[in-house]
Parts: sequence; structure tokens; C-alpha cells
Amino acid sequence: MKLDTKIPQGKLEEKWRNYQVKSKLINPANKKKLNVIVVGSGLSGAGAAATLAELGYDVQCFCYQDSARRAHSVAAQGGINAAKNYQHDGDSVWRMFYDTLKGGDFRSREANTYRLAELSAPLIDHFTQQGVPFAREYGGVLVNRSFGGVQVQRTFYARGQTGQQLLLAAYSQLSKMIRAKKVSMFPRKEMLDLVVIDGKAKGIIVRDLVSGDIQRYAADTVVLATGGYSRVFRLSTMAIGCNGSAIWKAHKKGAFFAAPSFTQIHPTALPQSSEAQSKLTLMSESLRNDGRIWVPLKKGDSRKANEIPEEERDYYLERRYPSFGNLAPRDIASRAAKERIDAGYGVGRLKNAVYLDFKHAIKQFGLETIKDRYGNLFTMYQKITGVDAYTKPMQISPAAHFSMGGLWVDYELMTTIPGLYAIGECNFSDHGANRLGANSLLQASVDGYFILPNTINNYLASEIKETTVDTDHPAFFEVEKEVKEYIQQILSIDGNKTVDHFHRELGKVMWQECAMSRNKTGLEKAITQINKIKESFWSDVKVTGHSLELNTELEKALRLADFIELGLLMCTDALEREESCGAHFREEYQTADGEAVRLDDQYAYVSAWEYSNGDFKLHKEELEFEFVKPTVRSYK
Amino acid sequence: MKVAFRIWRQDNPNEKGGFKEYQVDNLNADMSFLEALDHLNELLVLRNEKVVAFEYDCREGICGQCGVFINGRAHGPHDNVTTCQLHMRSFQDGETIVIEPWRAKSFPVIKDLIVDRSAFDRIIEQGGYISAKTGTAPEANAIPIGKEISDRAMDAAACIGCGACVATCKNSSAALFTSAKINHLNLLPQGQPEAYRRVIEMTAQMAKEGFGHCTFTGACEVECPEGISITNIAEMNARYFKAKIFS
Repeated sequence: MKLDTKIPQGKLEEKWRNYQVKSKLINPANKKKLNVIVVGSGLSGAGAAATLAELGYDVQCFCYQDSARRAHSVAAQGGINAAKNYQHDGDSVWRMFYDTLKGGDFRSREANTYRLAELSAPLIDHFTQQGVPFAREYGGVLVNRSFGGVQVQRTFYARGQTGQQLLLAAYSQLSKMIRAKKVSMFPRKEMLDLVVIDGKAKGIIVRDLVSGDIQRYAADTVVLATGGYSRVFRLSTMAIGCNGSAIWKAHKKGAFFAAPSFTQIHPTALPQSSEAQSKLTLMSESLRNDGRIWVPLKKGDSRKANEIPEEERDYYLERRYPSFGNLAPRDIASRAAKERIDAGYGVGRLKNAVYLDFKHAIKQFGLETIKDRYGNLFTMYQKITGVDAYTKPMQISPAAHFSMGGLWVDYELMTTIPGLYAIGECNFSDHGANRLGANSLLQASVDGYFILPNTINNYLASEIKETTVDTDHPAFFEVEKEVKEYIQQILSIDGNKTVDHFHRELGKVMWQECAMSRNKTGLEKAITQINKIKESFWSDVKVTGHSLELNTELEKALRLADFIELGLLMCTDALEREESCGAHFREEYQTADGEAVRLDDQYAYVSAWEYSNGDFKLHKEELEFEFVKPTVRSYK
Repeated sequence: MKVAFRIWRQDNPNEKGGFKEYQVDNLNADMSFLEALDHLNELLVLRNEKVVAFEYDCREGICGQCGVFINGRAHGPHDNVTTCQLHMRSFQDGETIVIEPWRAKSFPVIKDLIVDRSAFDRIIEQGGYISAKTGTAPEANAIPIGKEISDRAMDAAACIGCGACVATCKNSSAALFTSAKINHLNLLPQGQPEAYRRVIEMTAQMAKEGFGHCTFTGACEVECPEGISITNIAEMNARYFKAKIFS
């Protein structure tokens, strides 16, 4: 199967316009006859559901949480990038496009990445109109700050709660359309499978998480906006409920999975403090604007941070990457931290952290300014650790964070299953092998508000001629039956180990072998180990309670069963890519001083995996760089 | 560390429910409170019992999904934190910890510690938004907004919708929640065209959902994880009167 990216003709800056001009339209009277299912109510899902409803489509939106306002977009702290050039510091759409492409280590499409940058400026207008209280100057104009991998200031923010404010704006627009009866909202319903009829996505099977009922929903098209899958590592910055099940089920029904092993490890999370830990809390990358990262120069230095004099501190990012310093991109900053920690310079009780110090910034700008910029992050740090970071440096550590990989989508954000779209973090579209900070809120929003509402019509325009299928179609009953049997199968195992036990096992393997650095032997070992975990899960897991009730253990078990399979694919993908690029660092491919060696001759492609009977088949989307020449990604 | 959890168990909305006590050993002070409950649930599974149903998602204090009464206080012994940000170091070894769901008529119990807070969503649906379609926005800097106004809007907008304000209020009032959203939008120039309609319709829905009236005890702002001030309620009341007169 040849992967058709559907990238429009023309110059880079004309492609999106050319696309819009040629895309098919649907008249308003016909739009209301077309039904769209949106799974997920985060920034991309809620934005898409609200906007599609404004356009006149009949929308049904689903989320597993108790309210659309809980989706994990809420937790993004630092900000959202846009090429507004308000700071007059030489920013432009082109520069933002180039930063993003380079940040992703030239493993994403030029056309998609350019569109992301192009639509960033109108997005800030859009959110301002929706009432997002972005940070402002006294004179009333918007403020910007810097983020990693970038030398201009293009990040807009609402204190350390930017994701929350953008999500609440999207949720408010969704609420507006719920009131207008153009969106039917279904909270506490989790998608368990996709229904494909004659090769097209036509509906979903969900479990009502309160009653446990298995229900069928039909539509003319299905949009997945289900977020990232980094909970595969168990310990991550994701919400506990974040899962890969919807995209995994779609994958098993024929949607190709792209670059599954491209997962980002965030450099500034709070370190793990106990075996029982369920998640790692992120401290925003924006802190690296003013905070300086260091470890003691002396191995195993047991002095308190404030007792270590300046000349005995190693500001290793400033040392290794003088031009970007503490604002080196995430993959680089994480690996540099891991390098120091592994070499025995880690700090904290478990020696698994590095310092993030605001001493100099407080001295330079004053305590009040630092409080104004990061107050809520310092409060959060104190709540969790009990430590006042205004007087002592924070301790931070790398943690699994964003998944650049996801369902393969074309320029229209459609997967390889006609009628099935993937938007936001659950697709692989714009970030290549590493995402730049403050680009995830951007991508989720742009996908949901601006791109999908302009591309979905191109598909639906021909669907209007088809007869609408309803949930009485035999295909729905068939999938419903499979889902019910699958649930019974899990419940009937009645083994001796908890779901969390298996998740911890999986997490350990994934973190050890498929996180910040990878190698052939380790990945092969990981695949063997995960297969064992899978076997053991299906023979020894214990889930109490039954299917027809609110059963949180069952929910966890269903999600974990998919994570185990996804873990296999991630390791397979990492094994196949014999080069280092972005977040994918293969130990065999590095320079003498530990920098990544990318091999464009052999690996300038997006891996797109097809599921076939429990096995994975590789397809390649060759990346063509027509407008920029991939260079060695240096931040030195 | 060892504690006894005395937990409200209720299988469904129609069942009467009651407390059940569980001894839990092998905890440590660095564990979060919810991780201690995770630990209890793993023990229950291995004892072939149903797990305690409780809510959480982000576990970093921002999604607003967690929230239980702990020893008689919403979100536990500290001011202005969420349940997920509470750690076992806040309790004594050997302590008995009483855990109940939010108690308010408008938040019916679904199961054990899980309640239905959809009343909040319905309040937002009555005007907690700016009616502007995607694609109609003017340039973001076209309307200057002073830092003071923007900051005040942000203070109010920070609400995470956890419901602690309602749960802790003796009247089960949702005034803090509702006022925060009204003030956030009504402070901003973008929120002006619908300002009167918003305050009238959202407060009407608040009453319709069965939330009680605010009698300014100030209990809510102590528990609010975002420290949203009760001056928001006074401001909402002022906006309400103004709307009644001028709309």
C-alpha cells in the first residue's frame, strides 16, 4: 500500500490556501444531516466538536472523565507558541516552521509543520476572543516568554496554567454548542472499539463507565482526539486515565501507527520518591527561562545545595550547549541530565535528580518578579515536596511525557481508514522525533479548530450520497459481541496479581529499554520480556467486581491490555530505526562526545506500521525536503 | 506507616451505604493520599473484594476530578490543596482516617466516594462562554486589556471545578464556583456583550440545580485549591443587581 500524504501542490506558503480552495464544500442544509463522532474532549476534541457544530454538523462527543473540562490538556503549564512577532525579535512563520522542523530532527513533513506555524497567529486571536486571560503588559498588550529550542520569544501564557485556560475556553465553546443542542455530550463513556463498514469508519462501541453497559454509536465519520500514550511507561506526566486504547483498537482495525517509539522524556519533572508512586508531576519548561540547572562538580557530594559554592557547581547545560544553555530542547536536556545522574552526580535522597536553581534570577529580577512569573509553580512544588523553592533549589528529574508518535494521518488528518480522523496528540503529524515546548497546545488547537473543520468536508461531501448506517447494522452487533466477550475473558481469568502489578512490570521494561537511550540488545530483550508480561497478564490478572457496574479495576485492566501490545510495537519501531534522531537515541549511533548521529540516507522516513494478525508490518513514508535542507541539529 | 481508613461504601445511588474500616500497613510518608488508597485497592483485589471507587485523573492538582472529605474536611487537613496533592506525611502513624464523598444534594453519590457533579457543567452551559464562532476573531492586540484586569480575570478563571466549595458549605452553595466563571468573563472586554445575560442565566441555573444560597461564612475559600476569594461572590451579587436593573 502506497501511503498518500495528499500534500497539495505549490510553494510551502501557498499549500494550505491551495488546499482550501480545492476542498469540496457541503451546503448548510446538508451539513445537519451529517453526523460526526468525536472521541475525547480535550483541546483538540472539544475545539473540533464545537467548531464542527458551529458549521452545522450533528456532533456526538465522548469522554471517559466526569466532565469535558477534565481532559489532560488541562495540565499543560507553560504556554502556547505563535509566530506573532510581537516582541519584534525577528520571528516569522518561516522561522517558527524551521525551529519546529529542526526541533523534530527533520523527521516530520515540511507541509504539515509549515501549516502549524502559519495557523499559530490566528489561534492567539481566537483564544483571546474566547476570553483566555493571557499574561499582559501594563499597557494592555500580550506578553511572551521563551521556550526550549528557540531563540525568540513567541510563547504566550496564562501564568503556569496555560493548558487549563485554553481547555476551559474550548470547554466553554463546547458547552455553548451543547446548550444549542448541536452537540450531544457523553461523559463517562469510554470507546472500546471502532466499527468499520465496507472499509469506512462508521461508528464506535463504548462502555458506559457508570452502568457498565456496552453501547453502539453510529456516524458518518469518526474523529479520534484521545491524547497521548506515555502511560505505557506507567510513571509519566500523563493523567492516570490517559490511555492508548482508542487508537490501538483503530490500529487493529487497519489504521497505521506512525513512529510509535518517538516518545518525549521531559527534563523537568519531580523525581520519583517511592515505589508506590503513581505519576510524576511536571514542572513547566518555562522555569528554564530563569532557572539554572546544575549538579555538584564532585561525585556523590552530600552537602546541602546552598552549601555548595559556585565554583563547585557544574551548570552542565550551559557548559555543553553554550548558545542555548538551559533552554536546550527537551530531548537534549533530558539526556544530559540522565548522563550526569548515571555518572553518579545525581542529587536528592535517591540520587535521581538535578537542581533547578532560581537564586540568580531572584537576585537579578527580585523576588516579586519571579513570583509573578512562576508563583503557582512554586506553590505546587511546595505542596508536593514540602520545600520552599524560593530559598532552596528545586530537584528535578526526567519523566515520560509526550508521544510524538500516533496514528498515521495524511495532510487532511485522516488515518489510513477512510472516514477515521486523528487529531491532537493521538496522531503523528507535526513534531517529528521531538516536540518543542509549547507546541503541543498549539497542535491540538490548530488540528481541532482550524484544520479538521476545513478537511472533513472533503470526505463528507461524498458521504452525503451514501445511505446513513445506523446501529442496527450487523457490523455493530458483531463488534459489540466481541467487546462483551473480551471483557468477560478478562474478568474470568481470576488470577493472583493486580492490574497495577503488571503495569509496574511493563513500565520498568519500557523505561529501562525504550526511553531516553536505547540499544539493539536491550530492545530485543524488552520484546521478550513484554511478551512474557502479556502472557502472564492473560493468565494471572485478577479483576474483582463485574462488568455491569462502575468498576475502576476493569477500566484499568482494559487499558493496560492495550498498553502491553503498544509497548511491543514501540520496541519494534525503536529496534528497526538504526540511527539516533530527536527523542530516539540509539546508543550505537552517537559521536565521541555523546551527540546523536542521524542517518538521513537510510532513515529519512516516517515509519507507519500495519497490524496484521498480531504482527506488525512496516510501511515507509519517505520524507521529501523540498524547501529546507536537513542539517545536523546542533544547539551548541 | 500504618493507618486505618474508615471509608464510605455505597454500591449504587439507591443503596443506603455505610462506613467500613480497613487496616492498611506498609505505607510511607512520601506516598500521596491517593496512592495510599491505590495500595488499599490492590489489597482488596487480592482479598477478592470490590475496590473502593474514588475519582482522580491528573494527580497534579489541576483537573479537579479528585475530591473527598477527609476527617471532616474537604480535600483533607490543609487549606487550599486538592486531595491528590495531600501526602501521608500529613497524618500520624496509627491514625484512623475517615473518608466520605462530597455531601450535597446537588452532587448525588454514584458509588462509594464518587459523586455526580454534572450540575456544574449545566451551570456553565447557561452562559459560561463567549458566543463567538471560530474564525471571527479580531487581532489579539486590537483590544488592550490592562494587566490589573487581566490578572483579576485570571485569578477567577483559575477555578478547577472540583466542588470543594459546595461540599464544605453548610448551605451547599455553588456561589464561589459560579461567581468565579461569571467574573472571569465579565471582567474582560470580550465578555461585555453578554455580561448581563450571563449573570442572570447562570445564577438561575445554579438555583435550579438545588444549590443553597451563600451566607458568607467564608468556608469555601479556605478549601478552594486555587484560593479563589469570596470577594468574587460579592462581585457577582453586585453584577446581578446591575443586570437586573439595566438589562
